[in-house]
Amino acid sequence: MSTIAIHPIHRAVRFYEAPIGKKAVMAITGVMLVGYVFAHLLGNLQIYSSDAEQINRYAGFLHNPANAAALWAARSVLLLAVALHIIAATQLWLQNRAARPIGYVKKADLPASYAARTMIWSGPIVGAFVIFHVLHLTAGKVLELRELGPNMPDVRYNVITGFSNPWISGFYILAMILLCLHLYHGMWSMFQSLGISHPRYTPLVKKAAAVLAIAVAVGNCSIPIAVLTGLLTY
Amino acid sequence: MKIILHIWRQRNADDKGRMARYEVPNVNEHMSFLEMLDVLNEDLIAKDEEPVAFDHDCREGICGMCGSMVNGVAHGPKPGTTLCQLHMRFFKDGDELYLEPWRARAFPIVKDLVVDRSAFDRVMAAGGFISVATGSAPDGNAILVPKEDADRAMDAAACIGCGACVAMCPNASASLFLAAKISHLGLLPQGQPERHERAVAMVAQANQELFGACTNIGECEAVCPKEIKLEVIARMNHDFLLAKLAGRGAAEEG
Ligand code: HEM
Ligand code: FES
Repeated sequence: MSTIAIHPIHRAVRFYEAPIGKKAVMAITGVMLVGYVFAHLLGNLQIYSSDAEQINRYAGFLHNPANAAALWAARSVLLLAVALHIIAATQLWLQNRAARPIGYVKKADLPASYAARTMIWSGPIVGAFVIFHVLHLTAGKVLELRELGPNMPDVRYNVITGFSNPWISGFYILAMILLCLHLYHGMWSMFQSLGISHPRYTPLVKKAAAVLAIAVAVGNCSIPIAVLTGLLTY
Repeated sequence: MKIILHIWRQRNADDKGRMARYEVPNVNEHMSFLEMLDVLNEDLIAKDEEPVAFDHDCREGICGMCGSMVNGVAHGPKPGTTLCQLHMRFFKDGDELYLEPWRARAFPIVKDLVVDRSAFDRVMAAGGFISVATGSAPDGNAILVPKEDADRAMDAAACIGCGACVAMCPNASASLFLAAKISHLGLLPQGQPERHERAVAMVAQANQELFGACTNIGECEAVCPKEIKLEVIARMNHDFLLAKLAGRGAAEEG
């Protein structure tokens, strides 16, 4: 027989048992989350449109009951990706901590690679931020949300009133800086995790990851900053 | 010159261990690091104290026996150098150096700076070989190897299995070692028949030995005395993922 019968569940379990399998799961779910982050950025930047109603039209389109199935499908996929990403990260973190029960009296950090070392902190803080963000601008549990009509949130108003509060703005900006670090390491690391590395291209991938991560942070942070400095008003 | 040492002293695996301070007043800059420890040990023996246990064999940077953390860096501050090949001229009079054993759950301490690295041997036994019928020596040119592959395989084969990658890794991961062995054989025609089983079996064994997982930080690459590159880890990931996703089942049995 040219193949050995192996139950698909066993195959998946054995795949996931290995740290490389877990890292592959983190990389694939990471790609999905990165895709979401960029799509979300493009959505957010519509607040700068010369047509003040543009962002509300976009929100209305997303909230249109006709699109509810697609919206919930996308939300479910993202939620599943987040769950898998967090589970794999936590399991690897526990394994890695257990692998060195007694630490060094003196330990140097070579190379500095701040972003790589702090993935397990930048990740959960960004995760907590995402929950706050949904409570704030989707669920309206932080500030009362204004609606133009049923399924028509007044996003422009809600964003600008929210960001007029320096504490809320400050938390958004902090979270975006941490997201920038997480994305910088994540966006090149996922290539390595999936087995792609080349002395000619990997340095370029790292540079591209830095540029894109900074672009996300600058793009998103510009909104609370524009509100606080009075450049963006209702 | 004078060197002040803080050395991890631990009588045996069960002892709790502690740092102890020593002064070596008569260090010559031409000594190797291990010769400096020899001088310390001569002093200790003369004083009827227990000498510091440390591993060593070739003292020419090729066997992989030596190594300890020097001020938190595996094999000390000079890149691409084993501890035995590190010379005291790289230090200054009055330097204080902290010497600690490799720390990993998979590398239990035997005594002082000596750790048990047999986990590496078991990983090698799991797949770090090629199965060939031995017999009379084959014609050296019977199997052609592209020069670039031969060079890359040779770069990976330079791994001496010292364990510095594990010691330096914040996760105590053996990925650089594993990947060097997997790449060394996997790049050559003779290594192809078992290429995928090898990656799966060695990765599984390393996991069983309770090494950590790679988070692509690169501390291993920074201290590897043979300057093995992170690229080999991507290659290992590639071989492993391909075996798991495209394999017909043989690798899973391995
Ligand atoms: C919410 C909680 C989160 C946690 C706990 C978390 C944690 C982690 C950790 C520990 C890593 C592994 C780093 C490594 O091993 O190199 C990682 C990788 C990654 N993360 Fe996250 N993260 C979170 C959220 C996010 C978000 C919101 C995104 C994207 C927008 C993201 C994108 C990525 C990417 C692309 C990777 C690279 C995967 C790889 O190394 O192969 N993560 N994350
Ligand atoms: S003693 Fe052989 S490599 Fe150092």
